[in-house]
Amino acid sequence: MKKPQLETRHHHPAYKSYVVGFILSVITTVTAYFFVVNRLLPTEALIYIILILAIIQLVVQMVFFLHIGRGSRWKTLTFVFTLLVVLIIVIGTLWIMHNLDYNMMHMSPDEVHTYMEQHEGI
Amino acid sequence: MSHHSPIVDISRQKAEQETLQRKSIGFWIYLMTDCVLFATLFAVFAVLRPGTAGGPSGADIFDLPFVLVETMVLLVSSFTVGLGLLAARYGYKRQAIAWLVVTFLLGITFLVMEISEFRHLIAEGDGWQRSAFLSSYFTLVATHGLHIAVGLLWMLVVIIRLIRFNFKHTDLGRLSLLSLFWHFLDVIWIFIFSIVYLMGSLS
Repeated sequence: MKKPQLETRHHHPAYKSYVVGFILSVITTVTAYFFVVNRLLPTEALIYIILILAIIQLVVQMVFFLHIGRGSRWKTLTFVFTLLVVLIIVIGTLWIMHNLDYNMMHMSPDEVHTYMEQHEGI
Repeated sequence: MSHHSPIVDISRQKAEQETLQRKSIGFWIYLMTDCVLFATLFAVFAVLRPGTAGGPSGADIFDLPFVLVETMVLLVSSFTVGLGLLAARYGYKRQAIAWLVVTFLLGITFLVMEISEFRHLIAEGDGWQRSAFLSSYFTLVATHGLHIAVGLLWMLVVIIRLIRFNFKHTDLGRLSLLSLFWHFLDVIWIFIFSIVYLMGSLS
């Protein structure tokens, strides 16, 4: 019962998948960090870059680390459903809070105070 | 001999595998509900982020190089737990233990870094009671930290079991669920790193 040589393991697809996933994750993390720390773009563009890189890394880790799509169909199905719920929660919350009269997204407490005085007479 | 006919062995193995598959799906569904928990905390953070109440904003308090190191430590640990699972699948018990110990040490490093960051903030007077922004920040990041702490405890149990007992199929099942949990925590951290720290430092 001789154990297989270490070298043979390196060619195994599962091993490769972890290495590829790891390298891609490092690249996306460092790229996002680099863009932000050096302020390579205007703030709004930076936010998009950060979000896009985060989503790329999410896909990378789902595929290469969590092996979604392989094995049970229930795994993929429940994941897609969860994604839907998560998007509803996050986007729905931001949308509602954004549309509130005295919304918290753009006004500082002082601005809210001034707004209330001018428009509501409070 | 008649008790251990190959047919019985095969059917038992099949039954074990089916149990493992059921457990794996059950655990996966738990992870999905945990996603919802984190989604609510992220939504709260996004809403309360501008609510600094005259206190510091993210740009004032976040130490990005420190957080990058934290991120890398957790990312490497997510990689090593995968290698540990692979080693175990091939039956290399010692290698599996070694990778798990490495993962455990990286996890501890991450947790210590996070706690030291919290301690530093609290010492500066920027604790969770300072503003809505800091309350939501501490709630979100510490909930992730709590998961990491539970994961480390679990990992310790798996390591001790591997060292003390013979390597069994059930160990492999346990290890595969643990690695699932650990990868999941790294996925959550991607968003904490991106949304809380990187975007927070832009404000």
